Amino acid sequence: MLDNMKNTKILITIAVASLSLTSCFKDLDLKPLDENTYTVDRAYSTEISYTQGLAKIYSVMAISGQDGAGSTDITGIDPGNSQFLRSLWNLQVVTTDECKNAWSGDSWVPELNNNTWSTIKNESIDGVYYRAMFIVALTNEYLKQTTDDKLNSRGHSALIPTVTKYRLEARFMRALAYSVLIDTYGNPPFITENDPIGSYMPSQIGRAKLFEYVEKELLDIESKLVAPRANEWGRADQGAAWTLLARLYLNAKVYTGTARYTDCITYCKKVIAGGYSLAPNYAHLFMADNNTSAAKNEIIFPIVFDGNKIPTWGGMTYLVASSRAGAEKSSVNNGTQQAWDGNRSTEKLVDKFTYTDPNADYPVSSDKRAIFYGKGRTKTIENPLSTFTKQGWSVFKFTNVTSTGGKGAHNDFPDTDFPFFRLADVYLMLAEAVVKGGTGATMADAIGYVNQLRGRAYGNATGNISSLDENFILDERSRELYWEGTRRSDLIRFGKYTGGTYLWPFKGGQPQGVAIDARYNLFPIPVSDMISNPNLVQNDGYTN
Amino acid sequence: MKRLLKVIPMLLLMIVATGINAQQRVSVSGTVVDAKNLPLIGVAVVEKGTRNGVETNLDGKYSISVSSSNSILVFSYLGFITKEVSLKDASVVVLNEDTQLLSEVVVIGYGQVRKKDATGAITVIKPEQLNRGAVTSPQELLVGKVAGVQITPGDGAPGSGPTIRIRGGASLKASNDPLLVIDGIPLANDAAPGMRNALASINPNDIESFTILKDASSTAIYGSRGSNGVIIINTKKGSKNFKLDYSSTYSVNQNIKTLNALSASEFKAKLEEAYPAGSTVANAIAALMGTYDTDWQKEIYQLGLSTDQNINLSGTVAKVLPYRISLGLNKQNGTLKTSSFDRYTASLTLTPAFLKDHLKVNGNLKFVNNNNQFADGGAVGAAVFFDPTKPMYNYNQDGTINTKLFNGYYNWGTIQNPNTLSGTNPLSLLHDKYDKSTTNRVIGVLELDYVVHNFQDLRAHLNVGFDAALGRGKNGVMWNSFQSIKDADFKSFGRSTTWRNLRRNQVLDFYLNYVKEIDAIKSKIDVMGGYSWQKVFKQDYSKEASNHLYNPVVKKETTFPTESALLSFFGRLNYTLMDRYLLTLTFRNDGSSRFAKENRWGMFPSAALAWQMNKESFLKDSKVVSDLKLKLGYGVTGQQELLLNDYPYIPLYNMSTVNSNYLFGSTFYSLLKPTGYDPNLKWEETTTYNIGLDFGFFSNRITGSVDVYKKETKDLLNEIDIAAGTNFANRIVTNIGSLKNDGIEFNINAIAIENKEMSWEIGFNATWNQTEITKLTASNNPNYLGVEAGDNLSSGTGGTIQRHVVGYKPNTFFVYQQVYDVNGNPIQNLVVDRNKDGQITEADRYLSEYSPTPKYYLGLNSMFKYKKFDLGFNMRANIGNYIFNDFAAANSSAANFTNQGFLTNMVDVVYKTGFIKTNAPQQLKSDYFVEDASFVKMDNLTLGYNFSKVLLDRLSGRLSFSVQNVFTITKYSGMDPEVFNGIDKNIWPRPRIYTLGLTLNF
Repeated sequence: MLDNMKNTKILITIAVASLSLTSCFKDLDLKPLDENTYTVDRAYSTEISYTQGLAKIYSVMAISGQDGAGSTDITGIDPGNSQFLRSLWNLQVVTTDECKNAWSGDSWVPELNNNTWSTIKNESIDGVYYRAMFIVALTNEYLKQTTDDKLNSRGHSALIPTVTKYRLEARFMRALAYSVLIDTYGNPPFITENDPIGSYMPSQIGRAKLFEYVEKELLDIESKLVAPRANEWGRADQGAAWTLLARLYLNAKVYTGTARYTDCITYCKKVIAGGYSLAPNYAHLFMADNNTSAAKNEIIFPIVFDGNKIPTWGGMTYLVASSRAGAEKSSVNNGTQQAWDGNRSTEKLVDKFTYTDPNADYPVSSDKRAIFYGKGRTKTIENPLSTFTKQGWSVFKFTNVTSTGGKGAHNDFPDTDFPFFRLADVYLMLAEAVVKGGTGATMADAIGYVNQLRGRAYGNATGNISSLDENFILDERSRELYWEGTRRSDLIRFGKYTGGTYLWPFKGGQPQGVAIDARYNLFPIPVSDMISNPNLVQNDGYTN
Repeated sequence: MKRLLKVIPMLLLMIVATGINAQQRVSVSGTVVDAKNLPLIGVAVVEKGTRNGVETNLDGKYSISVSSSNSILVFSYLGFITKEVSLKDASVVVLNEDTQLLSEVVVIGYGQVRKKDATGAITVIKPEQLNRGAVTSPQELLVGKVAGVQITPGDGAPGSGPTIRIRGGASLKASNDPLLVIDGIPLANDAAPGMRNALASINPNDIESFTILKDASSTAIYGSRGSNGVIIINTKKGSKNFKLDYSSTYSVNQNIKTLNALSASEFKAKLEEAYPAGSTVANAIAALMGTYDTDWQKEIYQLGLSTDQNINLSGTVAKVLPYRISLGLNKQNGTLKTSSFDRYTASLTLTPAFLKDHLKVNGNLKFVNNNNQFADGGAVGAAVFFDPTKPMYNYNQDGTINTKLFNGYYNWGTIQNPNTLSGTNPLSLLHDKYDKSTTNRVIGVLELDYVVHNFQDLRAHLNVGFDAALGRGKNGVMWNSFQSIKDADFKSFGRSTTWRNLRRNQVLDFYLNYVKEIDAIKSKIDVMGGYSWQKVFKQDYSKEASNHLYNPVVKKETTFPTESALLSFFGRLNYTLMDRYLLTLTFRNDGSSRFAKENRWGMFPSAALAWQMNKESFLKDSKVVSDLKLKLGYGVTGQQELLLNDYPYIPLYNMSTVNSNYLFGSTFYSLLKPTGYDPNLKWEETTTYNIGLDFGFFSNRITGSVDVYKKETKDLLNEIDIAAGTNFANRIVTNIGSLKNDGIEFNINAIAIENKEMSWEIGFNATWNQTEITKLTASNNPNYLGVEAGDNLSSGTGGTIQRHVVGYKPNTFFVYQQVYDVNGNPIQNLVVDRNKDGQITEADRYLSEYSPTPKYYLGLNSMFKYKKFDLGFNMRANIGNYIFNDFAAANSSAANFTNQGFLTNMVDVVYKTGFIKTNAPQQLKSDYFVEDASFVKMDNLTLGYNFSKVLLDRLSGRLSFSVQNVFTITKYSGMDPEVFNGIDKNIWPRPRIYTLGLTLNF
């Protein structure tokens, strides 16, 4: 019996010891320990978090991820190369007469240079698509998490007036993302805050229907947003919503088949009455201090960059660095130590201007908007790849130097903001709408606005015009807005992007340019999304 | 379930308590000895047909009272032949070693089994001292030894770790590493921070045995972690008699491979060929060209000297406390200058027994201190491509080194304008950078094994273990170095990162084991049931700051703690009928904290049958066949090492770092972002079928086995694109798809010669394995070109060249088809327009039939002994593995001048291709660079001399000389055909190592 007692004791000791050391099933309910990782309610437990949630939505246009230039929210593509502005810029500018890229190692380059993309993955096409859809997803989540009920339940009732404004801005950003998608892919999947998260296959509603939705959203928020120029720098106000509406109406014929020029004029006029003024010096619009110099009065909606705090290998870093040659860095200071031998103009863009001294290192034109560098370069590009310092003039429009000659704060990443919407564009939109038959403004108004731009460009009235036609408008848009990311849409609107009525070097892959198929007016929906979402229908002319 | 857990032990207790009954009894006592007349401790002495039994004490004595004078006593002892003795013969009982099986007790999960009773595909390797050189990582002891196990050694860095694959990978996205279990502790996947290898902190000299569980019928006891096989490592324990062993090795590591980079004059000539004289570019090149002729590769390598010192003491204190103490020191200098590794290990093992040997204790404490100085492996590639016309150092006019400019190392650009795109002088990569780490790790195990009093058939086993490691390190660049001058934030100061990572792994297992022979039905049953609890905590801290001496600017500081837990119940039945028909059934029920409640628990069963054919009458007396066993196995295992975060099913938000903000007005805000998640995530499940035959001929002079297996994984964890806009990531890891592995393993060991003076043992193994993806997406689109896989290429903004595609092997190369001229030379930038649309686009890429996974792999080991000398070698071959020679692709054209203010050297690939134009993107992804990388390697060759009975007959020992990495035969044109992932970029060449070794045993 003694042994039995011993047995019992030993076994009980072992069993109890082991059980007490293991608190069992509770152990499987583990929650994150990291203080920067939050469950939803913890994420929105502080006041500032509502601003930080909104800031994330805006930031998608500027940077690629949560931890500096090398991080990315979208996997499977290079963080810098797939950054929203960089990819959008590639689609809107590299595929046109304004620019050819010289990088031979990147497969996206020849496809965009030559307008020969297909449904096979292209980093720029994927970049715009996935990042714009990411803005949609972020906005939907933000709208779900910031309802009055949620705020009340978290004890943040006092925040409701502020957050109500934030929600309007989030909806503006979603409308902006959808408008980019309408322009580039036509008919993207349609998702709103009323749809579930995850394990869900959204459908398309058609380009015209999506246009209607975006229009309705913007009309609903435009009067509730902060008055023009009354919001903080970087945030959307009524001016931004009006400009976006004007842009949609200007392109409405392409998007829906129905022209809306009068509506375009209505909203351009609202913007013009909003208190904006042209920058005295054109070049200052693209400099490191364009958020503080007089240039800021022209900018309606910027994508904000900051060398230290908002860094990216895409965005403004790309625009500044890609247009400079590494070997020439010391002679041509761009305010950063980056110079990547990438983008330069075709002769089609260069020839939009006339020159008094085309052979100078910086070719001289009386139109001060021509900011080119041509030392050692031919104007003609015979082969776009690997000939950066030999063929094609460089474009030095964007820089990290300030209007007073100083440098941006950081050696790699510019402080220069990208003027996504600016007053000059609104003037030209109004003029175009008038020329195309819109009412609400006169031809004299239109000519007056165009001459304001030309007066600034020439420094006097010698460049002024007295009549306007469609071709002039298209060329003037190129002179005023070249490399600002609207060119592809402009050419499509004028019917000159596909087909053979207008050719430029390497259109269709030929040095002199050839006609291209009408399917290239839209990019294909990335094949990766076609595979993962069987509800989607591919754009005409593209096969999966 | 929790309640049940408490009830089981209580029930068993009650059974124990009722089994005793006092009667009129006969007492008998005696001694049990082995053939050498040494007492045997712990021999089970049982009255036949009853549960009445005792064990022998430390002097081998026993005393038992039995029910009658006609009783028979059964003496059994692990590794000895069981003997039945009548009482009159019971005073001195001699047990004979079961010679055939002595060393063949196999450690399996939660228990052990005699090899002849094993039903699964299990291989045991005892690392013998004879045939090895300087071994730093325990895994190296297994290379080429086991059929079905492919081990790709790490690169040439000291302490680097190999990649192990058992029967091919069962996963695409989740880990394919086998589970490592050291003395009962399943290791966390990245067990030791600051180390290149999870096992580098284990001293190979402490290892008693490796047991490799390959098929699911043996790994299913590890349930959700068994899919990729299990390697159980047991360390050495104390000995009966005092022993003192000393071993030491001295090694020289020599780099034997450099790439044929062009000399200064060859380089000039090649550039002149690519760029006609007088052209703008040729002038630009001429302006950059220097006057030196530097062989950079010569400058970065050194002869690395290494030593390994070990001392072990073992014995038994006062006949009750067996102990083993081991101290080890391993110091290595790598073949790349500035690299070093050192490791100090200490281990203490105590294995006392209490309560008349009923309670056996195994206490083991291992401590390791490991210090690494990592050299920048990028120097290998930099040395190949840095301009050979440039000097190593910046010189003043008087010929002295100008240390003010880039710390004296030549680099492109000036202090004002350093070239940010050029390569870096390989010497400054090595000397202007520091990267050190120190890791302290403690592994402790306390194992209690209790044979229940008066119920000897029942054993309770408790295992408590922990593994804690703290690694710290710092890496950064020197002041005024080229790297620091390029630092955009802290020009000329540069920055450094300090890190401190903690790992804590706690384990508790408890099981009961009941073994019973039931003679009446000629059966033996062995039942085990228990549970296990494991928790792993990790915390990574890192701080990136400027190198300012005072008030450094902190760029980023993060602390990231995370934890996971696993709770399991398991059981096993081994049933043996007539000593020849064997059945094993196991189950494991695992609960993981990584999945949502609904998917948390997984059940993993297995079953195996074995037939010991040689015991049948028709083979019993065969002179040829000494062993023949047929095995059938089936099992389900899982995988939960997702290689994601520990909470992938919970919707979470994270906050951006200081490096990602957005500006509203004049205030910068951090960014609050929801992260992608999959609430339905669950286990991967692998089903394995195995048929095997173990054989032995001529009294087991020839032994071996053949196994045929099929592994099917479903609910594969796969990273797939999801419908855009529906989640907060464009790709998530989710359970979709399936893959299968088919294979045949064969191994044979033969004693070719055995006589008094000479012996020769040879072992050969061969494996055929084929992995095929059978499903990848929810909807099967025939045009779907699969999931991008593998490393990014080094040219352009990368892109991958491998795909996972249904019907193909994982990581199949996805390439353009090269066009060749009539002489068979590739025509630059000309690839086949496969879809015939008149243009070359991504759509012209095709899936080759090639992947990095070998079709066959073979191993050959030989040990020849003549008198006191021995000569051994290990050889290995992989057949049918392919490599994409990215290194050659990226550097295949002589037109490599980018006009960005620097020159880049070339390798002799440019002579082979003849390319002198700029490569088009498709040229860089041409199938021309997919190469057959089959190889034969001799890993090791050792010559030894053994001596004994010197110095008062007390001392014996061995003197040896060995060479590692002896030779490689391959057609592959790159540095080394062994590239695990099949993308050959910049690899630190594996050195040849010459080792002199001495062991002394007192």
